[in-house]
Amino acid sequence: MPLPAITSILHRISGIALFFGAVFMMYALGLSLESEAGFQETITMFEESIFAKLIAWGLLSALAYHSVVGIKHLFMDAGHFEELESGMLAAKAALVISGVLIVLAGVWIW
Amino acid sequence: MVTNVTSFGRSGLYDWMIQRVTAVVLLAYTLFIVGFLLITPDVDFQQWQALFANTAMRIFTLLLVLSFAAHAWIGLWCVTTDYIPMTGLRFLVQAVTGLMTFVYVAWAIHIIWGV
Repeated sequence: MPLPAITSILHRISGIALFFGAVFMMYALGLSLESEAGFQETITMFEESIFAKLIAWGLLSALAYHSVVGIKHLFMDAGHFEELESGMLAAKAALVISGVLIVLAGVWIW
Repeated sequence: MVTNVTSFGRSGLYDWMIQRVTAVVLLAYTLFIVGFLLITPDVDFQQWQALFANTAMRIFTLLLVLSFAAHAWIGLWCVTTDYIPMTGLRFLVQAVTGLMTFVYVAWAIHIIWGV
């Protein structure tokens, strides 16, 4: 499969992950705003639960990737990166940039 | 003209445009929240609650969740129409994700106006 096809399918997969993963974001937002105790519970959850950290990292990764490739899409709408060479280069750049963001998100969480 | 009753804006051109406008809203909100948490690493309950109790923030969050709903509908429509050729199953998946989208919107309004 050519690289732009891989970035495209990952864009779809990350979008679906974000749609279903929004349950966790909503739960955390609701709990953190509910009360002082709920807020502390949310903080403790993100500090101590490996499960919560992994979900947060997974969702931030999906968000980072989906955003970067989404921005690439907007550039393509404007007529850029449409040739074979530039398209490949843009796909590579999108993977590298999101890779860096995903590592940074991991550092942020841990 | 080919039409499809389950698309969001009833035309590919509308869906195309709505997908991009909502994407910019979703990105702006993401950058705002991530930026807020980065510059406020030791956020406490008072600061967090004050942020979401602000009317401008409530409107921004309502805009976010409505944009999410439209964006997700269009995205999932593209995916389901590509990979699920069986009309009955596709309709079922679209109905379930559509209901989930509604629940997200109602839930978000409940959270934001409950602060």
